[in-house]
Amino acid sequence: MGLLSDPNRRKALTGLLTRLNTPICIVCYLAGIVWFMGLAFEPFTLRTYMSENAMGSTMVEERFSSGERALSLAKEFDAHKRKAGGMPVEWLVKAMQSRGLEVFTQSFSRKLPFPDENKERYMVRGTNVYGILRAPRAPRTEALVITAPCSPGNTNNQAVALLLALAQYFRNQIYWAKDIIFLVNEHDLIGTQAWLEGYHHTNITEYISGSLRGRAGSIQAALSLELSSDVITSLDLVLEGLNGQLPNLDLANLFYAFCQKLGVLCTIQGKLQRNDWDTAEGYTHAAQTMMLMVLKQACGRSWGDHGLFLRYHIEAASVRGINSFRHYKTDATTIGRLLEGMVRKLNNLLERLHQSYFFYLLPSLSRFVSIGYYMPAFGLLAVILLLRALDLWVHLGAPALAAVDGVTEAEQPSSPGVLTVLTPVVISHLTGVALYLLPVHLQEMAVEHFPVSETEAVVLTAIAIYTAGLALPHNTQRLLSGEGTEQGWKVLKLTALLYLAVLLGCTALINFSLGFILAVTLVPITASITPALYAVVMVLLSPAFTILYCVFIYQELIEAPVSVSEGWMLFLSVISQGILDHALYGSLVYPLLALFIYPCWLMFWNILFWN
Amino acid sequence: MAAPLTLLLIVAVTIRAVLFRSSLAELISARVEVVSPLNAWKRVVEGLALLDLGVSPYSGDVFHEVTDGITALALYLSIQTYNKDVFRKQKYALESDRYSADCLELLRSPKEMFYIPLKVAMFYLLNPFTILSCVAKSTCGLNNAIIALFIFCTLKGSALLSGILLALATYQSIYPLTLFAPALLFFLQRLYIPVNLRRSSFWFFTLQYAFMYVGSLVVITGLSFFLLGSWDFIPSVYGFIFSVPDLTPNIGLFWYFFAEMFEHFRLFFSCVFQINVFFYTIPLSIKLKEHPVFLIFMQIAIISIFKSYPTVGDVALYMAFLPAWSHLYRFLRNIFLVSCVLLACSALFPVLWHLWIYAGSANSNFYYAITLLFNFGQILLVADYFYAYLRREHHLTHGLYLKKKDGTEATLVLK
Repeated sequence: MGLLSDPNRRKALTGLLTRLNTPICIVCYLAGIVWFMGLAFEPFTLRTYMSENAMGSTMVEERFSSGERALSLAKEFDAHKRKAGGMPVEWLVKAMQSRGLEVFTQSFSRKLPFPDENKERYMVRGTNVYGILRAPRAPRTEALVITAPCSPGNTNNQAVALLLALAQYFRNQIYWAKDIIFLVNEHDLIGTQAWLEGYHHTNITEYISGSLRGRAGSIQAALSLELSSDVITSLDLVLEGLNGQLPNLDLANLFYAFCQKLGVLCTIQGKLQRNDWDTAEGYTHAAQTMMLMVLKQACGRSWGDHGLFLRYHIEAASVRGINSFRHYKTDATTIGRLLEGMVRKLNNLLERLHQSYFFYLLPSLSRFVSIGYYMPAFGLLAVILLLRALDLWVHLGAPALAAVDGVTEAEQPSSPGVLTVLTPVVISHLTGVALYLLPVHLQEMAVEHFPVSETEAVVLTAIAIYTAGLALPHNTQRLLSGEGTEQGWKVLKLTALLYLAVLLGCTALINFSLGFILAVTLVPITASITPALYAVVMVLLSPAFTILYCVFIYQELIEAPVSVSEGWMLFLSVISQGILDHALYGSLVYPLLALFIYPCWLMFWNILFWN
Repeated sequence: MAAPLTLLLIVAVTIRAVLFRSSLAELISARVEVVSPLNAWKRVVEGLALLDLGVSPYSGDVFHEVTDGITALALYLSIQTYNKDVFRKQKYALESDRYSADCLELLRSPKEMFYIPLKVAMFYLLNPFTILSCVAKSTCGLNNAIIALFIFCTLKGSALLSGILLALATYQSIYPLTLFAPALLFFLQRLYIPVNLRRSSFWFFTLQYAFMYVGSLVVITGLSFFLLGSWDFIPSVYGFIFSVPDLTPNIGLFWYFFAEMFEHFRLFFSCVFQINVFFYTIPLSIKLKEHPVFLIFMQIAIISIFKSYPTVGDVALYMAFLPAWSHLYRFLRNIFLVSCVLLACSALFPVLWHLWIYAGSANSNFYYAITLLFNFGQILLVADYFYAYLRREHHLTHGLYLKKKDGTEATLVLK
């Protein structure tokens, strides 16, 4: 408090901050970036460890042995799937019943707001089949879920078959203290969403789904299995869920511990771990893994069936089998044992997973960066906005304090100031609302008048509104208030800077990666903006271009570089997927960008055309 | 002046009516920042159903819009009266040469004061906090209306009405008890009775006002007794306020601390926490005995910070007074910091609540950290205005360009 009440020291501090504002800001920005890149350097990260006692010390012996039978089941399942031309509901029900489960089905249908061209679906109709293995040893108040998607074509047959084989094996064991639900869902995420909404009696995304007739206790954890070949070379763990939510780190630790125990190669983001952290390649590898995680988390979509469970406070992860050209292969029995071990340890839980971290980044499976380590990187970027705002505040306040004539003089310039600031704010936000609402609602009109498909219509309308927003606000602003004053744009910039700081801060708390990526691109431009800046620079660092860069960087990181035109097509599909994710699963990235980030950026855009 | 006020009322009512009819109303009325166990509409409805009174007299949104309108109107008229008062006093002081020569720029002009009552009404009616509170149908609006009417009656000089309304406010939530001191000081000043313990006229008026206050309090409590037929409401209302049994998170300082504490320290710490509200009355009354209206503002702010179940509606009431002190702006030191903190906290409350309750990834510490920061911001705001007020008074008598005085008094009083 001494600093706040002693006027001399305060004056010295504000003097220092305003005089050295630009150098401090530049240093902060560079320090933020360097800090972030340093997070992938192994000596700066912590080794993962199991925090949950119930899962750490207990011994589990895996005895699952019917991997071969699972593979023959997979062939049978494949044949029935072909015959039924989709999910073989009757066969699955019979297969589960014969293994002693209580079997129920749930049918659902959902009309997408516009056709999904990536997965070629519009009117979705499907059925989920799930069987409940009742716990023999405890009151049935808690449950675990193992799910496998029934995908079209040849994929995931082995996953469903392994699920059935595990059900048969689990049925004969006596140590289960939690109900185990075996779920085979159709239409991947849509099926999972319908099932979860049915299970929890919620309806947040306008699904038409039948109610569930059978229930188990409250779900503690869920594992999603994706397996498309008889043998695999490695297992990939997918953690990123809806809105960038992550499961408790102990779930990843559990997976890693069993992979070590059973000698299965495990990857994260499809990248194997390397041991040479002190070489340049080793560091680059870790940095790439971490960057992939950041990009995936930032886009806010669910990267596997597990992602939707997280919203219901259920810790979940996807395990994906990968078959590449390596010699070292793992068979279905080992994968079954791995799952058995994981489920048994989860079965031992006395309370929900909560001991370990919920906010983390993984440069490899055995190393993690916790929130305390990565938040300073964001903080260093965000503090630039506050420093600039302070600088502007001091500059705006200085002449008012110096005026000796009294209050009347000071009042005059500030009262039109409120109106000149309010107008661009309101217009920017109305443009944001248009960007949010119009693309989906105008698709029919667009399809009538232009030779495009519905999906293209939606994406192109979004881009058109985005571009129109660049032209609209500054014209109307000039009409309203005539000549803009120096005072005017400074007040607007001050408002916009504080707004952006609050916005990015809130975003980074919910989804660090999204907040950080937006901060990296938005902070330099917004901190340095004056009416004299080039518009091109501003456009190149706008939110839409940020998405475009992310698409290219992502493709580069997964070692599938694309040309400019392919990148553009990907960019379009990313936009349509973002809108679909919002409509289907309630992802918040699209509304955040359209309703808040874009209007905020438009406020800065206004400053460019102030004079 | 009537036209802009009417316009303002229409705008405010429209915003509320629109929100009442939107789907947001239900969402807002479940927010812990907006409603507390003491003023949640749900509980009023429950209570009335239990009493079997049939249809409640104030169900429906119109009632809440009307209370907000009354509060704003009362505040508008009070500040208008207060401003006239201030101007008159300033004229006398100028005529009797009590102000130093070089502080002309500190004097207040009628032109500058003309819009202040309107701004006060606007600050109350268009404050997002008030709107949220109203849409949530929190009975906090009713408390605010009674306190605003009390201020109005006090400033108009009606001791009886002021006593009755103060008793009503006390009856509702105990804490307005501390407003007794500023009201008394105001009346004494108005009647030109010096605050002197050896003067019989001082004691005579003090006893008279105290009698009106206590008498109406007794009557109201007695009425509730006859209505309910038992004294059960005393422990279940005032006991509930004092012993803080409901630890639902809110924007106050109590819940986290009392949830963490060992049970046998409870009595001690509830005394320690509750004394905060009442304790500052004494030093503040001594320091501000010449400025009772500013003291009312300070007291309302302190109540809303330190009360056991605060909501944003309480914050809105004292924030409405800020335009009345707009002449202090040049002496405020931390206003930038404070507005940043309050703004950021208002945005972070729902975010951290979401992370804690829905996502399950954060925990109560995150939310409480923001609560602490929010209250820190409020305390800083109040302390800043206190300091600025004293400093202006100091300058008025000692001249503007003396050597600068640092704000030790301000920080000493409010820690």
